[in-house]
Parts: sequence; C-alpha cells; structure tokens
Amino acid sequence: MLAFILRRLLQSALVLLSVALIAFAMFRFVGDPVNQLVSLDTPADQVRQIRQSLGLDDPVLVQFGRYVMNALRFDFGISYQFRQPVTALLAERAPATLELALVSALFSLVVGIPMGVYTALRRDGVLARLFQAVSLVGVSLPTFLIGILLIYLFAVQLGWLPSFGRGETVKLAGGWTTGLLTVSGLKALILPAVTLGLFQMTLIMRLVRAEMLEVLRTDYIRFARARGLTTRAVHFGHALKNTLVPVITIAGLQLGSIIAFAIITETVFQWPGMGVLFLKAVQNVDIPIMAAYLVMISGLFVIINLAVDLLYAAVDPRLRVTLKGA
Amino acid sequence: MKIRSMLLAAAAAAVLATTPLSAKTLRYANQGDLKSLDPYTLNETTTNAHLGNVYEGLTRRGKDLAIMPGLAERWETPEPTRWRFHLRKGVKFAGGEDFTADDVIFSADRVRAQGSNFQTRVPKDAKFVKVDDHTVDVILSSPNPILHSQWDTWYIMSKKWAEANNAAAPTPASATTPSHASLNANGTGPFRIESHQPGVKTVFKPNAGWWGKPEHNLTEVIFTPIASDATRVAALLSGEVDIIEPVPIQDIQRVNSGGNVQVLTGPELRTIFLGFDQVRDELLESNVKGKNPFKDQRVREAFYKAIDIETIKTRVMRGLSTPSALMIAPELFAFSKDFTRPKFDPDGAKKLLADAGYPNGFEVGMDCPNDRYVNDGPICQAVVGMLARVGIKVNLNAQPKAQYFAKVLKAGGYKTSFYLLGWTPGTFDSHNVLNDILGCRDNPNSSRGESNLGGYCNKKLDELTDKVLGETDTAKRNAMIKEAFQIAYDEYGYIPLHQQALAWGTSKSIKVAQRADNSILLHWITKD
Repeated sequence: MLAFILRRLLQSALVLLSVALIAFAMFRFVGDPVNQLVSLDTPADQVRQIRQSLGLDDPVLVQFGRYVMNALRFDFGISYQFRQPVTALLAERAPATLELALVSALFSLVVGIPMGVYTALRRDGVLARLFQAVSLVGVSLPTFLIGILLIYLFAVQLGWLPSFGRGETVKLAGGWTTGLLTVSGLKALILPAVTLGLFQMTLIMRLVRAEMLEVLRTDYIRFARARGLTTRAVHFGHALKNTLVPVITIAGLQLGSIIAFAIITETVFQWPGMGVLFLKAVQNVDIPIMAAYLVMISGLFVIINLAVDLLYAAVDPRLRVTLKGA
Repeated sequence: MKIRSMLLAAAAAAVLATTPLSAKTLRYANQGDLKSLDPYTLNETTTNAHLGNVYEGLTRRGKDLAIMPGLAERWETPEPTRWRFHLRKGVKFAGGEDFTADDVIFSADRVRAQGSNFQTRVPKDAKFVKVDDHTVDVILSSPNPILHSQWDTWYIMSKKWAEANNAAAPTPASATTPSHASLNANGTGPFRIESHQPGVKTVFKPNAGWWGKPEHNLTEVIFTPIASDATRVAALLSGEVDIIEPVPIQDIQRVNSGGNVQVLTGPELRTIFLGFDQVRDELLESNVKGKNPFKDQRVREAFYKAIDIETIKTRVMRGLSTPSALMIAPELFAFSKDFTRPKFDPDGAKKLLADAGYPNGFEVGMDCPNDRYVNDGPICQAVVGMLARVGIKVNLNAQPKAQYFAKVLKAGGYKTSFYLLGWTPGTFDSHNVLNDILGCRDNPNSSRGESNLGGYCNKKLDELTDKVLGETDTAKRNAMIKEAFQIAYDEYGYIPLHQQALAWGTSKSIKVAQRADNSILLHWITKD
C-alpha cells in the first residue's frame, strides 16, 4: 500500500512538472509581456531595460529552471500587472472561487439527485418529461449564454438579483472573505452558482436516472417488492443507495472541473475569483499568474485523482489484492 | 473608556443629523482594472484618470482640455530655457503633509528613475532648482514651449510620505516585493482612496481638506471593473451602477431606449490609420518579389482611394466616427479644416495600380489588432473587401493586442507589411505625431520614428519637426506644423481613417463632463 502511494506521489510530481513545462512553452506564443507593461510611446531603450530586468532575455530553459526552483518554495513571483506576489493574489481570490464552486456543487447534488430519482420512477409523467427537456438544455447550452440569459431575466427585467459582483463580504479569521453571511452576498451568489452548477446538475440527474432504471430491473429489487416492503423503502432504501456509489465518484471528480471551469462563469458575472484573474492574466500576458494558476489547477486534479484512487482501494477489496501483487 | 465611546457615538449621531441624509454614492464600472496605485507605474488613459482624482500635477486640464493652473498657481518663462513655477500655498496631502517645492523636486527625480513608465514626462537633463519653499525653477538644455503639456498627468507625490514608507523609487515591473505606493495613495486631489482591492473594487471618498472648490456632490464612489460587455451593460440597465465606460456601439440603441439610462457620445482624440512598410526592399508578406510596391507613391494613393470611408463610418462604426484627413484629431490642431480626404475612387485606384505596373493587383498580408480599438477587427475586414474590388488580395491576420503588438512594434522587428494602428499624441500636440509617427527611423541612435512601424520617411518633414520643437511663437509654429502635415498628406505616407467616438453609459440622474481624452473625472460628476 505504501509503495502504491509513494509511486502515485512520484507520478503526480512528474505530471505537475510536465504541466509546468508545457505551460511554459506555451507562454512564448501568448505575446510579449513587456508591451502590456508600457505604453506605446515608451522609448525602445526603456523597453529593453525592462525585458532584461524581468529575465526574459535568458534562454527558456534557464527561465524554466528558475521558475521551478522558486515554485518549490511556493514563490510564484510577482504579477506583472499588479506588482504584487502571485501567491497573495491567488490566496485573496481563492475564497470567492471556492465558495462559488462548493455552492454550485451542492446545488447540483441537492437538485440533481431528486430530479433523477423522480424521472426514473415516473418515466412517463408530464413533469418527468419536462425535467428531461430542461436537462437537455442544461447539457447543450454553453455556460456564458445561460449566464447572460439569467442576468437578462433576473437582473435587468425583474430586478430581483444583482447582475455582477459578490455583494458585501465579511472577513473571517485567516483572511478568508465570505459572502455567505450577508443578504447581498447570498443574493449575488444565486445566479452564478446556478449557471456554474447547471451542467453538473443535469449530468447528475441523467446519471441517477440511468442508474436507477438499471437497479430497478435487478432481482433484489423484485425480491424486496415481493417481501412486501413499502415502495418508499424499496426506492430509497435499496435502489437509491446502490446508485449513489458512481454518483459520488463523478460528483467528486466534477468538483475539480467546477473550480477549473469557473473561469467563464466568473467572467460573465465579474465574480472576483481566481478565474477572472487568470483570464485577465492571459489577455495581459501576465505570465507569473498564468503559470501559478495552471500549476495550482493541475495540482488540484492530481490530488483529487489520488484521493479517488485511494478511496477505491479502501472500498473495493478486489483492488487491494491487485495492488499487493504489484 | 466607556464614557469616551459614548461621547464618540453621540458626536457621530450629531454629525449624521446635521449632514443631509442623502448620501450620494456613485457606482462606476469600467472595462479596465485599476491595478497599481503608484502614479508612475502605468501610463494608460484609464489609470491616469483614476489616479487624477487623487493625485494632481503642477498643471491641470479643463473640460475642454485647456491647460489650467494646478498645484502651480502660475508660471512664466523668463528665458526660453528657464521656467519658473509658483506653487500653490497652503496645500496639504491627504496624509497631512504640507506640499512644498521639495515634493516637486522629489517627484521630478522619481518620475525619471528606473522603473517609471513616465520617464519622458520630464526631460532627462532638466534641472529642478528650489528658489524658495513655493517657487521652483526648471532649467532646460534647449527651449521647449510644450514642456508642461503633459504635466497634468505627472502627479506630484509627497516626499515625506514616500520616504517614510520606503517608496522613494517607482515600483518597477521586476519588483520582488510589493511597494507601499502601489497599494496606497496619498495625493492632494479632490478625492482620496478609502480602500483598494486591485482588480476587484476601489472606494473613493471626497478629500475634505482639498484646496479647491468641489464641483461634485458625491459622498462616496465605488469603482468596479466589469470586463464583460454584456454584463457591464446589464449592470447599467438594472440600475446597479450609475456610469459605465465603454458602451459597445452595438448596444447604444438599446441603452438609449432603456428609459432611465442614456449614452453620451462624443469624438475621441485617437486617430485610427493604416500604414505601409516603406523600408524593406521586398515585403515580408506579399507575392511581389524583388521590389516593394509600397515604395511607389501611386500604389499608396491607390490604396487610399480604394477605401470607402463613409461605408466604414455608417456600417462598421454605426455613425460613431469622424473621418479624418490628418493623422491628428481636429481638436488638437487648428488648421485641420484645411485638409480634406481625397475622394473614394475605385476606378482611379485601379488605374493607378495599372500605371504602377500592377494591372492585376497583388497579394499582401495585413496585421490588425482585434481587441484594442473600437471595432478594429471589423474595420480591417471592411478594408480587405474594399481592396479586393480593385484587385488587391489582402491576407488578414487579426489577432489579440498582445500578439499583434509583439509582432509589429520595434521590439518585434517591425514585422509587418500593412497594418492598422491608433494613436493619441500623449502631449495633445502635433509635434508628438510628427516625431513618433511621421519621423524617419533611419538613425538608430535617435528615438525619432520609433512608432513609425512602416518607416515612412521625408527629411524635409524631419527638419520642420525639429524647428517646431524649438519655436515659441504660436502662429509660426502652427504654420510649420501645417507644412509638415502637408508633406505627409501629399505623399500618401499613411491612410488616416477616422477618430473613433467615445461612448459612456450613464443613469439619467447623473451629470458628467465628457472630456475628449476619455477620462472620467469624478470631480465633474453630480448626482440628483
């Protein structure tokens, strides 16, 4: 077991290193950062000085080596645009993104699972067909369009919810800012959370429905019915419980992509999280932010995958045997 | 302790009772962020305007962009190379420090130091001499009648404050620790910054100790950047913000029909133009080998005449542009009216191309930004279509500004054959255009023509440019500027297209002075 974990950790480190390398190679094609730092009428001499002081004249491998050495100490450098440490900038923005991601994940589970169960049980009901239609919309419409439609309806036409921002935030211990404790913060959270969670919600609903239909056909459900158990006990005690294993796996893995793909939702709602920071960094060729964000996101995926692997090993005895053999 | 806090509460209640209950909070959203608060870090219009609410220069510019006294009450030039500035007395920085000649001298050193993006604001060899606490002499090595033309955005910082906070040097791009001055501001201006979260939110409060008479009635300003066009417009329409900049031109009609909101449009100072590579003996991106067609004036004239500027105005810009015959906006040069664009004449263009030896046209690559100017990408597409009609096949390469500028600017080796660019003279004066855009770039030791990406060159024009710099008589100066512009106009050195329009969306309860340099200055905003 220990050998397995160690090997996975080693692999993770390799994955992180190659992500950093690929990212670094890509930065050469996003444009020249110095042009974003100076105005058009800056004398060329000064431009050259800045380029030198940023170390952009060094060979790519030297730049990469310097970057990796600093990253090992969690020092991702100074943002070109903000002139602040990237680590501090990301830490300042992280609470907004994490809160948004968690609330949308929660939304997708709390709404998605009951909808899935309902559509599986009442396959021909009018409401079930409606849910199915809605889920098709959720799967096929791009996030930014959903966001803009929601803004148009709930902010511009009805005036119920704010169209942008995070509302009032409260500072907690450790520098964590939260919008969950104020009315305006909660109101501001609704539209972006729905937008971000809609795709996951429909995914979970469809998954639960398919799994339920499968399980309902199995023998032990028939036996449970024959034993005279109540429909409720059969559906929720036996059927649902057995569908949840894959659902939890998918939901866990999706959490990573919710955080990573919050970029678009954050941009549409001007949500002050890491995604907006990253997108602005791409536009302004702010390489330190881009590099740190990409490494952070890949680190997140690596950790989630590692956790899932370990959980599998803990849950499934068959896997444990193969692991020992290996 | 308890008594004191009760007293404080009572005092606060008294203050609340006496001030009018209507707190005037202005909520303002702009496409761009306010990144660093250090006034010497980034020379960019929006940033300069933001910081202009907090900091002040020796001069100011009025609603019509005329130069007015700022921190200097008046100035004179006893000799052409010596300027004397009489500083305003009794001015304090928001932090309580007195404003004196020492601050001016300190700021002059700081703005010219490494890491400053405003080094050209103050000539390198100008000497600043303190005459007394409120008089400063500036001694130049050669006469410069427009020395103070950009000093409205050379903001004066407090020497004491900067030194106490270890911010005596500007924050360079390669800094490894954040500077105090990039996160805090201490100016003499009508507002101060209450809180600043870069890229998220900045709160301004009026500076109660300001020396001038406030023309605004605001008690608080909350600035938020909203990058997405649709969201910014939605925030205005739903009444969550009071003023936005810019309004995308396709949304102007919708905003104007919205009831409580309106769009203020006006001409902007930026001139959009097309340029040609006239230096290389063979174009980088063309099927013409062994020679450069753009060295032939007839080809440049043909391109000029093939472009239907009115169609670009009505279709691409939806009426929001002013076609231009000159490389400078009419607001900035008195004799602009004497120049008119040559007529749109596709048949004449074809004939000119045939005369030049290209009866079947030729192929050329074109570089264009697609996120820098108003509808820059669509303008280039329109140009491609218009040139196709006279037989020129243009291969358009429209890309984001980061990649575009990396390719076409000096640092990238001017790798372009035909391009679109926009230019606002930072000094609001013709000399800047004559020197930076129309000047020859053949002398590697001079900064002349550094932004002349195509390398158009005429020695006579350069001579006039140098004379313009030293001429102090306005009438003579304007005549020389006109002569210089005439040369470039006659030789079709560039194809000026238009001045784009600026578009601000405001709630109807807001009154704001719209300045042609696209600066939103809080000082001129009132709210009902």
